[in-house]
Amino acid sequence: MSRRFVRLGETDRPPLTLHVDGRPVEALVGDTLMVALLAHGRTLRQSEFGPEARAGFCLMGACQDCWVWTETGDRLRACSTLAASGQRIVTSQPEASWPTHA
Amino acid sequence: MADPRIIIVGAGPAGVRAAEACVQAGLRPTIIDEGRRDGGQIYRRQPDHFTRPYQKLYGTEAGRAQAVHQAFDAIRDRIDYRPETLVWNIADGHIWTAKATAQEALPFDVLILCTGATDRLMPVKGWNFAGAYSLGGAQVALKSQAVSIGHRVVFMGSGPLLYLVASQYVEAGADVAAVLDTSPFTARVKALPDLLAMPSVLWNGVRLTQALKRAGVAVHHGVTPVEIVGDPHDGLGGLRFRDRGGTERRIACDAVAMGHHLRPEAQLADLARCAFAFDPLTRQWLAERDGDGRASVAGIYLAGDGAKILGARSAEASGRLAALAALADLGLTSDTGEMERLRGDVATYARFARGLARAFPWPAQQAAALPDEAILCRCEGVTAGDLRAVMRETGAQEANRAKAFSRVGMGRCQGRYCGLAAAELIAAEAGIPIEQVGRLRGQAPVKPLTIAIGDDA
Repeated sequence: MSRRFVRLGETDRPPLTLHVDGRPVEALVGDTLMVALLAHGRTLRQSEFGPEARAGFCLMGACQDCWVWTETGDRLRACSTLAASGQRIVTSQPEASWPTHA
Repeated sequence: MADPRIIIVGAGPAGVRAAEACVQAGLRPTIIDEGRRDGGQIYRRQPDHFTRPYQKLYGTEAGRAQAVHQAFDAIRDRIDYRPETLVWNIADGHIWTAKATAQEALPFDVLILCTGATDRLMPVKGWNFAGAYSLGGAQVALKSQAVSIGHRVVFMGSGPLLYLVASQYVEAGADVAAVLDTSPFTARVKALPDLLAMPSVLWNGVRLTQALKRAGVAVHHGVTPVEIVGDPHDGLGGLRFRDRGGTERRIACDAVAMGHHLRPEAQLADLARCAFAFDPLTRQWLAERDGDGRASVAGIYLAGDGAKILGARSAEASGRLAALAALADLGLTSDTGEMERLRGDVATYARFARGLARAFPWPAQQAAALPDEAILCRCEGVTAGDLRAVMRETGAQEANRAKAFSRVGMGRCQGRYCGLAAAELIAAEAGIPIEQVGRLRGQAPVKPLTIAIGDDA
């Protein structure tokens, strides 16, 4: 099983393509980043405090477990950000933004 | 006051009904909401391009969801609506908001907090593996995105949401492996007198359980979760639990939706310096308010699940009631028969909620029984044993002191998902009543801000 989330309907939406860690990912208009990523993969990011990978938890913007970044270093909550065509997302914090990490 | 500045935080059922009452009184309130659209969590609207009808999205509550959405649409042009905006602090008669990288301070005369709730979580060993989600999160995945959180899902915890979301998953075609309820069935029978306050809702609950059984889903009552098992790289692969007879069982699954009712998002009431009181039934601290929603601080009003978990129907009533109380306090309207009727409605919902709390009790003993190696704080990987060691070394028995030494509650969720269980663990370990442990103080910003934020008002 290479994907975590399973689509149960609403698949007639227009497709879009974004880039995750440099690779193209197909998604549908209206997908959150979290759904776009987990409809293809198993996890979103690596925990900074333990050995395990993470895939989000609350889906309502409260737990902050689903952080991903733009290639320019802006932090996004994957659960509450819609996927968009041409987005370039990275799943580990870009080094350039480390000194300003909140 | 000629033109009072009324700010409502939250655009769920409580916030929408509060705003509606203000508009009807000829005012233009400001509604600030973190969501992309109105509706809150319970009546969350699906994004554009999704086409499922109300009946499919909201089931028995379809009519109510649609009515709240229509009420919002009707006042949309007569309010200052600010979606995707976080209120991150309250001080000196102002709220501080952040939207993307812009921030602003807004003064208020009346602040109605309709901040809603998040899931109340009891940690289980292994809940840090990818594939464990909050119950509310599992529902958001389905309602807002039409996805299941996994190929084979176990629902574990307690409360009405456990059965509701499990049955919504079954109906949507997901593979539900089991429903594991920590509460014993006998508790439900004892709670019947209070549950009969709302017979139709009780009946809906009974029908959900029957539908699950008809669909062949195994439903276990009185279980004790033992461990979520998995692989650090790939995520969870199953779970172990003891059934009510004490026999250990194992279920293969790649997702677990877990939760025990809800907890109020009370940080803003805290930052507004409202007084809190301990509620022995739910073992939570709640902001104090009078029967109409007035907090202990003048000008602050509390409504909906953000004040006390009484459900969406009650949120509509308490939102309107709090706004009418504010308008009466401003001298703009007088206390009418409507307020008396709303108080009666809220009292009925409160009786039902008391029944639910008794029928599906919070399993406090599970926190005390967490093995040392179990992760308590998911954010920073702090274990139950780490917290116990801090207590032994420092003597800390107060929630904020234990947090300072152990970092439990200090991570990016700011204690939302570990705080209540950590307090139970401390109380059990120290042998003191939970209320003596106290509560984690709300801290600004109530959610992490991006550092690039600037003055953009």
